[in-house]
Amino acid sequence: MRYLPLTPEDRAAMLNTIGAASVDDFYDDVPQSARLSGTIDGLPDHQGELAVERHLARLSEKNRTASDGPFYVGAGAYKHHVPASVDMIIQRSEFLTTYTPYQPEIAQGTLQTLFEFQTQVAAMTAMDVANASMYDGSTACAEAAVMACRATRRKKVVLSGGLHPHYAAATRLLCEAQGIEVIELEPAIDSELELANHVDETTACVIGQSPNVFGTVTDLSPVADAAHAQKALLVSVFTEAVSLGLVTPPGEMGADIAVGEGQSIGNPLTFGGPYVGLFACTQKLVRQMPGRLCGETVDADGARGFVLTLSTREQHIRRDKATSNICTNSGLCALAFTAHMTLLGGKGFEHLAQLNHEAACDLADALSAVPGVEILTPRFFNEFAFETSINADAVLAMLDERGVLGGVRASRLLPESGMGNVIIAAATECTTQEDIAAYAAALKEVI
Amino acid sequence: MGMQTIGRPTTPTASGEGAGSTVSGAKGLLQREDLIFEVGDIDKTGVDLPSPKGGKDRLGGVQRKRRTELPGLSEPEAVRHYMRLSQRNYAIDLGLFPLGSCTMKHNPRLNEKAARMAGFADIHPLQPQHTVQGALELIDELATWLKTLTGLPAVAMSPKAGAHGELCGMLAIRQALIARGEGDARKRVLVPASAHGTNPATAIQCGFIVDEIKADARGRVDMTDLRSKLEQTDDIAGIMLTNPNTCGLFETDIREIADLIHAAGGYFYCDGANFNAIVGRVRPGDLGVDAMHINLHKTFSTPHGGGGPGSGPTVLSDALAPFAPVPGVVKDEDGFHLVENAEGEAREAFGRMVAFHGQMGMFVRALTYMLSHGADGLKQVAEDAVLNANYVQARLNHIMTPAFEGYCMHEALFSDAFTADGIDTIDIAKALIDEGYHPMTMYFPLVVHGAMLIEPTETESKQELDRFCDALADVAQRAAQGDDGLKGAPYLAPKKRLDETRAARKPVLKWTPPAPEAIAAE
Repeated sequence: MRYLPLTPEDRAAMLNTIGAASVDDFYDDVPQSARLSGTIDGLPDHQGELAVERHLARLSEKNRTASDGPFYVGAGAYKHHVPASVDMIIQRSEFLTTYTPYQPEIAQGTLQTLFEFQTQVAAMTAMDVANASMYDGSTACAEAAVMACRATRRKKVVLSGGLHPHYAAATRLLCEAQGIEVIELEPAIDSELELANHVDETTACVIGQSPNVFGTVTDLSPVADAAHAQKALLVSVFTEAVSLGLVTPPGEMGADIAVGEGQSIGNPLTFGGPYVGLFACTQKLVRQMPGRLCGETVDADGARGFVLTLSTREQHIRRDKATSNICTNSGLCALAFTAHMTLLGGKGFEHLAQLNHEAACDLADALSAVPGVEILTPRFFNEFAFETSINADAVLAMLDERGVLGGVRASRLLPESGMGNVIIAAATECTTQEDIAAYAAALKEVI
Repeated sequence: MGMQTIGRPTTPTASGEGAGSTVSGAKGLLQREDLIFEVGDIDKTGVDLPSPKGGKDRLGGVQRKRRTELPGLSEPEAVRHYMRLSQRNYAIDLGLFPLGSCTMKHNPRLNEKAARMAGFADIHPLQPQHTVQGALELIDELATWLKTLTGLPAVAMSPKAGAHGELCGMLAIRQALIARGEGDARKRVLVPASAHGTNPATAIQCGFIVDEIKADARGRVDMTDLRSKLEQTDDIAGIMLTNPNTCGLFETDIREIADLIHAAGGYFYCDGANFNAIVGRVRPGDLGVDAMHINLHKTFSTPHGGGGPGSGPTVLSDALAPFAPVPGVVKDEDGFHLVENAEGEAREAFGRMVAFHGQMGMFVRALTYMLSHGADGLKQVAEDAVLNANYVQARLNHIMTPAFEGYCMHEALFSDAFTADGIDTIDIAKALIDEGYHPMTMYFPLVVHGAMLIEPTETESKQELDRFCDALADVAQRAAQGDDGLKGAPYLAPKKRLDETRAARKPVLKWTPPAPEAIAAE
């Protein structure tokens, strides 16, 4: 077997050194009733690379990729271009096959990139500090809610009607398990500012999203003011990290905690994961943060170096008093993110955001020229909701038959919202003028 | 005309002089590399994008006010930046990485190739389901492997990592108790003192209280303590037990523990971090387990990536299966379907833990690994992992102090009893760095003084193990003799020992531009 270096002779010699008759001796503590004889039934035996690769290729080929034709599916994950050098960097063995940097003397590569990642995320979100990543945007959102409750010693959170429904579900789950009350406002396309009317002296935080799940961008400053007046916190969420290059970032709106999905930068779609959760907050809240933090220090020679720090917040030190149970996070996805950001630079990032916005503007212009289409999202970055008089499921299926994956039906995410005819469509720098023309032409045929 | 040296063999002159600092800051092949903020430029970029057309704006004024001020690099500069940084990292591909409880085994490159197939990497989680039948089939196939290997009837695929899988299992237990009408009455979760820190942290996240149970002199659950806890309380929700445990030992009384917990009305959560020791030889379902997460990034070889991403599918018993979170994949005559909402057969689901469907990229890698090994290979994996650990223990137990008597499973645990006064576990760990190895897990589990937990995994050859044991034996001898030189180790790593106290006292968590007077002074 190609991954196992021991030879039969090695095994015999090693058993001899140990003084054991066979490996069965090591399993003596296993109850007799649970010892298997032979190999487990129902599974195939080992196979060579060629056979395995064929098996996987057969499954892969059954899927239609986002590059196979005009593609407008977004709502929390986005089709962007990833530079070839990013994938090469993350396949570098020293990054790919190492562990969490617990031994900083031989992990400065990982640690310095995490320090750079934290600096980039703080700058992009306009927040004071960022951690070294979470699993994804939705779990970062849930952690932000319980962190706000810890920081304020209150037990109520309010979610906007534009928060991604999966984020709302993950947040509700974690909060309710901890006895935290969750108030969810009615789903609505342009309702983030409603949060300002739902904050009182018992509220730990309000959670708003911009761009929200319908693509609507909102300046949440009035919500921040209303929250702060009651000593509550504003958690500001985004699912499209590229928007930070153009849209008002959380820190400019008075957010106390900013969380979001970083997949768009450096990470492929991969059917929903692995992604990279971004988590940033004000300096005041730093000791309440979940997850790893990388900090600067010096070594015994006085040379600059980096270490994991403030670990007294974390489970491996504080156990049942930790700020979170998170351990492994999204290190390699964070590396992809930071490498892509380094290639873009601030100017390139703003440029990329502008291209995304223009693609969506062009798409909105083309679709709204189709009779029967109403664009519902009043202000958007690269994604918007629109409505026709026909059920969205049927529209998307007919578009699909014409080679266009036209977006996400709102009812898939919000089955009980009464938005049966609403489609959420995203455009990015990957969207071409031909793609847009194809979408408009196909839509004209089907409605 | 200078002397022609091409083709002439060099003859080194014996001299230790001249070593030390260089003008460039490099140490030979190890190049100096500053932060991107010190070498990059905001106007520089390594990505060529078409020019924006301008003129269109539908932001409604919700626009960024201050620029990000982040530097960029051209592609050659960026590639060098990361290559130079990479050379400051230790990695499995460089050598043995014996971190106990972390299962740092070889990460096959075929896994990486498969995960990058366009049909897996370039598909969106919300595409129409008929366009992703191969992806759903893969999830279903992996689920079948996991259920078969564990002997449990259901698996939740969406948890993002081990600790997230723990959360999944414990939330399933919480929901089962709620369904029994005992959600408020049963809040106590028993956790051994030797458990991973994630176990108590997870229990608290689920609204439980943690009650610690002792370890006995053999490194197993103290059955007297367990029985008395169960007799004195009537609010048991369950137990969280790692098996093989964090001392590298199989819990001898595991069947009895399961029976006792079940009789007390609780559920048995097994931390599956150490599944590598028993995969293919023992099915946790046969041990009375109700829920167990599986770290695909440990047992099933997906890379650790410097701290993730992981993946923590969680297998569930019949008692807990109805409460599994959404989404799930089901098959009918039309093909594979995602159940995305708590309705129909998922009506008792405890909820949704995460956006979308789980760590697909890790699923592809894990299935690739399983197909490569097959049922026969996986059994050999467990046996070689256990053999390698016992070999390390046998080679070192005359020099170091084994924490417990007898054979170990997949990891060998030593205490610091053999060291001279003034020499600590950390000194041994740091000296191993100079010998070219990543240190073992240190000071964990907490139940052993100065613990050193060594997990070599099955992907090490006997020759590599011998080299490692020779090196560790020498360091251990020096520790026993009180060699003060160990206190300064590592001497040969890219960095000397780092000041973690200083880092925590006044945290510097991002780069900030130097003050203008500092620039002027340079």
